[in-house]
Amino acid sequence: MADSAQDDDGVTRRDFFNVAAVAASVVGAGLAAWPLINSMNPAADVLALSSTEIDLTPIEVGQSITVVWRGKPVFIRRRTEAEIEQARADDKASLPDQELDADRVQNPEWLVMVGICTHLGCIPLGQKAGEPRGDFGGWFCPCHGSHYDTSGRIRRGPAPRNLEIPEYIFLDDTTIRIG
Amino acid sequence: MAGAPNREYKNSLVRWIEYRLPIFSLLDHTIGRDYPTPKNLNYWWSLGAVLTIALIIQIITGIFLAMYYVPTAEGAFDSVERIMRDVNSGWMIRYIHSNGAALFFAAVYIHILRGMYYGSYKRPRELLWFIGIIIFILMMATAFMGYVLPWGQMSFWAATVITNLFSAIPWVGDSITIWLWGGFSVGSATLQRFYSLHYVLPFVIFGATIVHIWAIHVHGPNNPKGISVKGPQDTIPYHPYFTTKYMVVFGIFFIALAFLVFYEPNYLNHSDQFKRANPLVTPANIVPEWYFLPFYAILRSIPDKLMGVVAFGGSLMILFILPWVDTSRVRSGAFRPVFKQFFWIFVADVILLGYIGSQPPAGALLIIGRLATVYYFAHFIIILPLVGWMERPKPLPESIAEPVLKGEGGQ
Ligand code: HEM
Ligand code: FES
Repeated sequence: MADSAQDDDGVTRRDFFNVAAVAASVVGAGLAAWPLINSMNPAADVLALSSTEIDLTPIEVGQSITVVWRGKPVFIRRRTEAEIEQARADDKASLPDQELDADRVQNPEWLVMVGICTHLGCIPLGQKAGEPRGDFGGWFCPCHGSHYDTSGRIRRGPAPRNLEIPEYIFLDDTTIRIG
Repeated sequence: MAGAPNREYKNSLVRWIEYRLPIFSLLDHTIGRDYPTPKNLNYWWSLGAVLTIALIIQIITGIFLAMYYVPTAEGAFDSVERIMRDVNSGWMIRYIHSNGAALFFAAVYIHILRGMYYGSYKRPRELLWFIGIIIFILMMATAFMGYVLPWGQMSFWAATVITNLFSAIPWVGDSITIWLWGGFSVGSATLQRFYSLHYVLPFVIFGATIVHIWAIHVHGPNNPKGISVKGPQDTIPYHPYFTTKYMVVFGIFFIALAFLVFYEPNYLNHSDQFKRANPLVTPANIVPEWYFLPFYAILRSIPDKLMGVVAFGGSLMILFILPWVDTSRVRSGAFRPVFKQFFWIFVADVILLGYIGSQPPAGALLIIGRLATVYYFAHFIIILPLVGWMERPKPLPESIAEPVLKGEGGQ
């Protein structure tokens, strides 16, 4: 019966309805899948736990501490004069991920970074005295051999980006809040 | 799956059921008396049956582990220790599950190499081959997520490194990784979803296995000669001939499993797995389970993150193009003198990659790993097409039955 509604090029009304019904079902299935997919994103309580305050007074010059923020390690290093100078001098070196030291710190003495290698997520060494610090005097990731400099910038190895700088503010001279 | 006419069953209960639900003839046609099978199948053809058994063992032991296992970051490690110490026979069930997974992979690798040697992926078995690769990838996903469940140090860091592979995807990579984690790092949310998937994927594999077997039955199995069955003189019934032949291999499989479980249960394990997961300390050398090592070596051999991930995925995906890059019309490697040599070089290359994947990536090994990676891809993209064109295969026998009748044996 739908054949009676055939146009010149052989397309029938029924063809149109078939295509429309299939298209609508695909869109419907997609819409129904979205809440399921989205349920796998971080839940509201996980998002809520996202800031940490840290007291900096116990950290001596040339020392680092590791704190946990959102389940990840954050490196806080009180850099020596020599390290700061080195980091500034390296601004002119060839950097895979170009960034000035000045853009990576709020106060040059304090370097605050997420301590996760930007390659595949290992924790670089160099926080404790005696750990290898790589060829550029900063951090060294043993997993696949990434070297970071005194500003936490990637210098050699498979990691594509500099160590990430989290959002943080100085609440006063000796306290910061991350997140 | 049609074939011989339905037989009259002697037992009256069987007849009663068969009349209402023809399950007995289905089994007879699938793995029984009415399944005509090339008479020259050798022992390498038994691995498919071994794989089915291995899957069933994983599912049964897994169901019992799941009765005690607690899928939270706080509870997982202790619940596995409890299974090991306090639960009746828990240690044995867990050791069968962890060592069973290793033997499962050993069997699947031999099974895949069998297919590569005898050209089982060639027309008309391309889709059969595809389903096999899909099963292999599902197995890798399942085993990887299972390895995360005990929440040891290697569990945690394997999960971290592997999920971070997705962060290499341009633009959306970081959002995808956070989505996979359900948080800002690998944690309880990640563990619970892995558990959910680890429980269900084996059943998906089971379903895919049924499709795989269905596809085998359309054109029948390939055979060591790689020539098609011409008539009844080329075949014998699957049961009892191959069912009994394969019992021997089942015996070897169970002896190997029992040896591992009772004498060397932790031989394939890693000492860092006895430490609780610690998100603040990375183990000195992250190594995956042995069955992932060749692919892990490929990942690490590329100095660029995105390209490393592409090569890692590509090393699996390249199996899909095998039916087309192998340009030879002869299926079986037995009649391809040049191919045969390159096949064994390829096997050696994969083993070499496996060794390199287990070592820290530095110095000469890094260079050798890169060469071995290049060779891996060259085997598919350059060597196979060229060998197919240039090689002169040995003459094929007229039929499967011919040399058997002349007494030359099945090979
Ligand atoms: C394709 C089939 C399967 C494979 C390859 C597999 C593999 C694995 C592996 C490698 C582990 C880690 C073992 C260890 O180091 O302790 C594991 C753990 C586990 N699997 Fe499976 N599995 C499979 C099926 C299942 C099924 C069907 C279930 C549930 C019904 C299950 C439940 C578990 C549980 C609860 C654990 C954690 C306890 C433990 O670590 O021993 N598995 N699995
Ligand atoms: S994770 Fe740091 S180099 Fe790969």
